[in-house]
Amino acid sequence: MTPEMDALTLALNLLVAVLGGAIRVGTPFLMVSLGECITEKAGRINLGLEGVLVFSAMAGFGAAYLSNNVWIGVFAAGASGALLALLHGLVCSLPRVNDIAAGIALMMLGTGLAFYLGKPLIQPQAPQIPALALGDWSASAQVRSALQINLLFPVGVVLAAVLSWGFRSTRFGLLLRMAGDSSDAARSLGSSVNTIRIAATTLGGFIAGLGGASLSLYYPGSWNEGLSSGQGLIAVALVIFARWSPLRCLWAALLFGGAGALGPALQSVGISQGYYLFNAVPYVLTLTILVWTCSPRRSLQGAPLELGVSC
Amino acid sequence: MNLSERSAQAIEAVALPTLAMGGALLLFGAFVWAGGKSPLEAWLLLFKGAFGDWFSWQNTLQRAAPLMLTALCVALPARAGLIIIGGEGALVLGGLACAALPYLFAPPANAFGTALVLLAGALAGAAWIALAGWLRQARGVNETISSLLLAYTAIALFKHIVEGPMRDPASLNKPSTRPLAEALRIGELPGADIHWGLVFGVVACVLLGLWLFFSSSGFATRVVGGNARAARLVGLPSTRIVIVTCAIGGACAGLAGAIEVVAVHTSANASLIAGLGYAGILVSFVARHNPWVIMPVAVLFGGFGSAGSLLQRRLDVPDASVLVLQGFAFLLILASEALRGRMFVAGPVRTEVEMPGASFDKLGTIGNTGSARTEDVPTVLPSTSPGRSEMQAQDERTPTVRTEPVEVPAPPLLPTLSQGPA
Repeated sequence: MTPEMDALTLALNLLVAVLGGAIRVGTPFLMVSLGECITEKAGRINLGLEGVLVFSAMAGFGAAYLSNNVWIGVFAAGASGALLALLHGLVCSLPRVNDIAAGIALMMLGTGLAFYLGKPLIQPQAPQIPALALGDWSASAQVRSALQINLLFPVGVVLAAVLSWGFRSTRFGLLLRMAGDSSDAARSLGSSVNTIRIAATTLGGFIAGLGGASLSLYYPGSWNEGLSSGQGLIAVALVIFARWSPLRCLWAALLFGGAGALGPALQSVGISQGYYLFNAVPYVLTLTILVWTCSPRRSLQGAPLELGVSC
Repeated sequence: MNLSERSAQAIEAVALPTLAMGGALLLFGAFVWAGGKSPLEAWLLLFKGAFGDWFSWQNTLQRAAPLMLTALCVALPARAGLIIIGGEGALVLGGLACAALPYLFAPPANAFGTALVLLAGALAGAAWIALAGWLRQARGVNETISSLLLAYTAIALFKHIVEGPMRDPASLNKPSTRPLAEALRIGELPGADIHWGLVFGVVACVLLGLWLFFSSSGFATRVVGGNARAARLVGLPSTRIVIVTCAIGGACAGLAGAIEVVAVHTSANASLIAGLGYAGILVSFVARHNPWVIMPVAVLFGGFGSAGSLLQRRLDVPDASVLVLQGFAFLLILASEALRGRMFVAGPVRTEVEMPGASFDKLGTIGNTGSARTEDVPTVLPSTSPGRSEMQAQDERTPTVRTEPVEVPAPPLLPTLSQGPA
């Protein structure tokens, strides 16, 4: 093989590995960012999705292990995520409760509960979410393994589309956006802003919980205490990156996932320098975009006005 | 306000958090009981492990020291109206800078050298948080998000440098920087098993409390945080105040990291990333961003931390039980804010006078009132935001037309600002 061809196959392998990794690593990002997107559209921030993610990963793994049925596990993950998020929604509805602080509290509680209850789950194996083998046509083992797709990923894609449509064209979607853009307007229509926000937060928690299931039941596919590397917290940044659009959340999640997969992919072809720096790329990118697009004089395009997070 | 109102407020200020902590302990007991353990024993062990004897006290105080400093990194910016949650980043960079200084030159092997490495840590932390403050003032980037992103970037940078360029080849299992020279480390207080970090923490809390409550620049900081519009009306240099306050807070967190390196780990390694920055957020909010109150609160939560291992050994519960307790405590203390001003029926219901930082329920910064409106605001200091507490007050009332900032009379705002420590 000539050196040029060598370099070409290397680059191709790298590309395939990053693409596959983007989907593998990006699925929890996608779910948790969709969850955060709903919450923020209604005018609240849930930093506690980090706790939701870890707790639901544990609950999903536990349920799948005990019932020996992965779908019961997935549902349990979503339900436990919704329950924890409901707590956030309720606490934030009290007067003078800061949703950032409540989010941090929920993060502590969620991870604490998960570590506490999850101690006996560190050893066992649970049934895994089946994968879609989209790469069977290829002779290359690398392509085949890269195109093994987590079944939750297409679910997330559909969810993103449904949410995008729902925000635009359903009654609840419009109410939700109104609660996020002008609580006065929502109130004047006779809707309870708090109820809408609690519902949005809970629904967001359910979707984020599916992200937790993706972590413990697909990739890495086991329960341990270092499972989440802050995806729940970063979801807040990701949603800003996606300018509060569910469809853009999809691309943003793939980008964040791809950046996370770049380090291991480079390592697999023998480049081990800068592993951690590649992991930091999404954060730096988000910050750069924020600095680029924010201005002291106007709000970010697409930002829910009640949120005030944009600038 | 009259005297009885004041005393009612004072009683509330103590009673509400105490009740909330009691509630958290009850919940924790119920949680332990649900797992088949005796809640009574859990409470007893919690107390014994935290404050039961001199040994526990030493452990508790040792853990409280970094919490005081990381809590200051939240409290000071909060007083200036910013919610900074990236103290963890300042802490790890502080530890890294402290361990990195000897790579540049050999610091003198005495107390001056120690001061130099600690200063390096504080400066690194200060720069990191000041950056978040500057981004908000200059570009309008939300400081909560930016500080979080900066924290993750800092941690990645830390890992990269510790496992790459600055790795000590002798550190095999646990990548670390070269250990600091013996002479640079700080030892223990005479007669106790507590390192000098505690003194740094206490002194910082006391001094910064004095600065905040009794100096004119501290007052100016509270004005900026309490009502940015009032600050603009009286011509305070908000941008400078915000950045300096962030820098001081960041310096505290950086110092915490440096002290952890100098006194505990002796080199920068992954043990530094232990969530002390996040625990500091909890401490600061519970202390309602009051530097003096931070001290006892840090001791309390340090105590929970040190009781964790005793609980684990004697009651056979996972070490995460402390996290659960902290989570309960934080949630209940936040929720108890809702009762403030309502504990005494005769007492005033005060919804508009609020602690800066602790009370607004939005990430509110510039632009949250819509783009059309902010354009006609005279932007002498373009980065200051309309008073947040006021915005929330509007939320709580019936829908109102939001007024132009200049129409709001300044005088009624002032009594709310001149309040002393909460």
